[in-house]
Amino acid sequence: MKNRITALFQKQNKNILSVFYTGGFPRLNDTIIIAQQLQKSGVEIIEIGIPFSDPVADGPTIQDSNKVALDNGMTLPLLISQIKEIRKTVTLPIILMGYFNPVMQYGVERFVKDASAAGVDGLILPDMPLHEFTEKYKDLFDQYNLSNTFLIAPTTSAERIQQIDHASEGFIYAVAASSTTGARSDFAPEQITYFEKLQNSKLKNPFLIGFGISNRATFSKAAEYGAGAIVGSAFVQLLKTSSDFEKDIPSFVKNIKG
Amino acid sequence: MSNKQNTRFHVNEQGYYGQFGGAYIPEMLYPNVEELRENYLKIIQQPDFKEEFDHLLKTYVGRPTPLYHAKRLSEKFNATVYLKREDLCHTGAHKINNTIGQILLAKRLGKEKIVAETGAGQHGVATATVCALMGMECIVYMGKIDMERQRPNVERMRILGTKVVPALSGSMTLKDATNEAMRHWINNPTDTHYIIGSVVGPHPYPDMVARFQSVISEEMKIQLTEETGNPFPDYVFACVGGGSNAAGAFYHYLHDENVNLVAVEAAGKGVDSGESAATTALGKPGVLHGSKTLLMQTQDGQVVEPYSISAGLDYPGIGPIHAHLFDTGRVKFVSATDDEAMNAGIQLGRLEGIIPAIESAHALAALSQFEFDQDDIVVVNLSGRGDKDLETYIRWGKY
Repeated sequence: MKNRITALFQKQNKNILSVFYTGGFPRLNDTIIIAQQLQKSGVEIIEIGIPFSDPVADGPTIQDSNKVALDNGMTLPLLISQIKEIRKTVTLPIILMGYFNPVMQYGVERFVKDASAAGVDGLILPDMPLHEFTEKYKDLFDQYNLSNTFLIAPTTSAERIQQIDHASEGFIYAVAASSTTGARSDFAPEQITYFEKLQNSKLKNPFLIGFGISNRATFSKAAEYGAGAIVGSAFVQLLKTSSDFEKDIPSFVKNIKG
Repeated sequence: MSNKQNTRFHVNEQGYYGQFGGAYIPEMLYPNVEELRENYLKIIQQPDFKEEFDHLLKTYVGRPTPLYHAKRLSEKFNATVYLKREDLCHTGAHKINNTIGQILLAKRLGKEKIVAETGAGQHGVATATVCALMGMECIVYMGKIDMERQRPNVERMRILGTKVVPALSGSMTLKDATNEAMRHWINNPTDTHYIIGSVVGPHPYPDMVARFQSVISEEMKIQLTEETGNPFPDYVFACVGGGSNAAGAFYHYLHDENVNLVAVEAAGKGVDSGESAATTALGKPGVLHGSKTLLMQTQDGQVVEPYSISAGLDYPGIGPIHAHLFDTGRVKFVSATDDEAMNAGIQLGRLEGIIPAIESAHALAALSQFEFDQDDIVVVNLSGRGDKDLETYIRWGKY
């Protein structure tokens, strides 16, 4: 079967909305219903976070969701079994995003195999070194038809952007600001310059812009430059306060996509 | 600080010590760490850097620190015991060797601000001190729990003009302060240098910090030669949290296998009590704070909250160099409990008139686990003084 991420970008290269949430948050089994509601609401990609005790790249909102999910009893094997359940009704591309240590303890090879079998299409492991991926794991990812997405930041050099583009499959995750994750309401002029630089870099992969995308204004702006955008903290904040996912998730997505 | 390193126990070009080390960092940190990796050796080997570093160590820190022949302690353990008096460094611990080195490096990299983490507060104070010395802005993250149990150090940092920010996540100790400092660096990547306080973090930090601390064993060799005619002792003891004082005390002896190197971890209430920080006994390979090392964690890869009465040893990992030294068997790892460390601290007070930091008391506590020959030369790295721990000693009470 064709990788769902590759298939998506072949038929659509604009206004893609990818929504991130933490597996096992706010309640352990909410992972499943949230995915179903996101599909119903018309998002293009679902990104599920693997909770970790020490999420150094995350701001307070996602840190807090990691802690709650772990307190709820979330583990990586359980998350993989929830994805199998999600796949009974959800056809969108699914990406797992997480820190390297839980994956390392699960066993990278076993993880790639089990995630792929459960219906995962891609991985984002922000603290996995580029050289370790290309030397040790690229063939494995290819074998199991999983895409791997690397991050680039405003401080990433032009040369390294090319290396990352070369090693990536599917899409590149362009971090909008030199920051940890967290919602912001607008972009600064230097961020726009950076998006323009990326747009002119002639990358082989499309890029989605993430970090700080929280509303229609930031989404549309990001979508002008990239293939779309990723919303995380703003959505996790909604989940924390929502008492009615069936009503609140579609309205959140509509609010962002228009 | 020679550039010529035998890589058996030192870092290789890729930043690894055997299977441990590396740089496991999100892309937002990559350019900062890469800038450091490209420049650190070049800078610290420049003659003007060395001159300024050595001059400050001599005139500001008070180096060389004495190597003291502790006669009553020697009698007690039936050996010739020397104490390397890092507790006499300005600010009260070895930590300042590293912060002097890193602030000089930060200046040469054109950085304007400093961020740091601290556990016991010794590294925080040492960082606040050099920032005052160089007129640089400084923010130190410290676990809320540690701020309570090391209050005098919090106030010392504030007097020195540093902003102390409580880390409120996780166990609110050193691990969480490190997370917060890394987050701060992610959010301030261009004008800020992160002064890590131990031989932990992504490459090149472990190597860089070990080099700055290596002055400890460099002096030990000279001083032992003066004292005994032989630069090589039979044993060197040092406590290990992240492991910076141990890295410094072992550094110039790593390739002399006749020198027994002993690292002492904090067993807390007992290695198997569930309240311990004895990483080599309880940990397995994992990734935290940017490097692959031995790590206390659950089967699912979640980092376990460590425990020790000593805030400076309360860390769930060890530096990758120590994971490698453990793995290869070059260094013997033992542990001491809270009780053993407190008793050893009080014993040193009674026998030698020196009240050690509770971290260093762990190294002393391990002496009773060895049978020495009378002519054995034993050096204990007395990494810090006990002033900051007075409240813990008072609460302990058994003196």
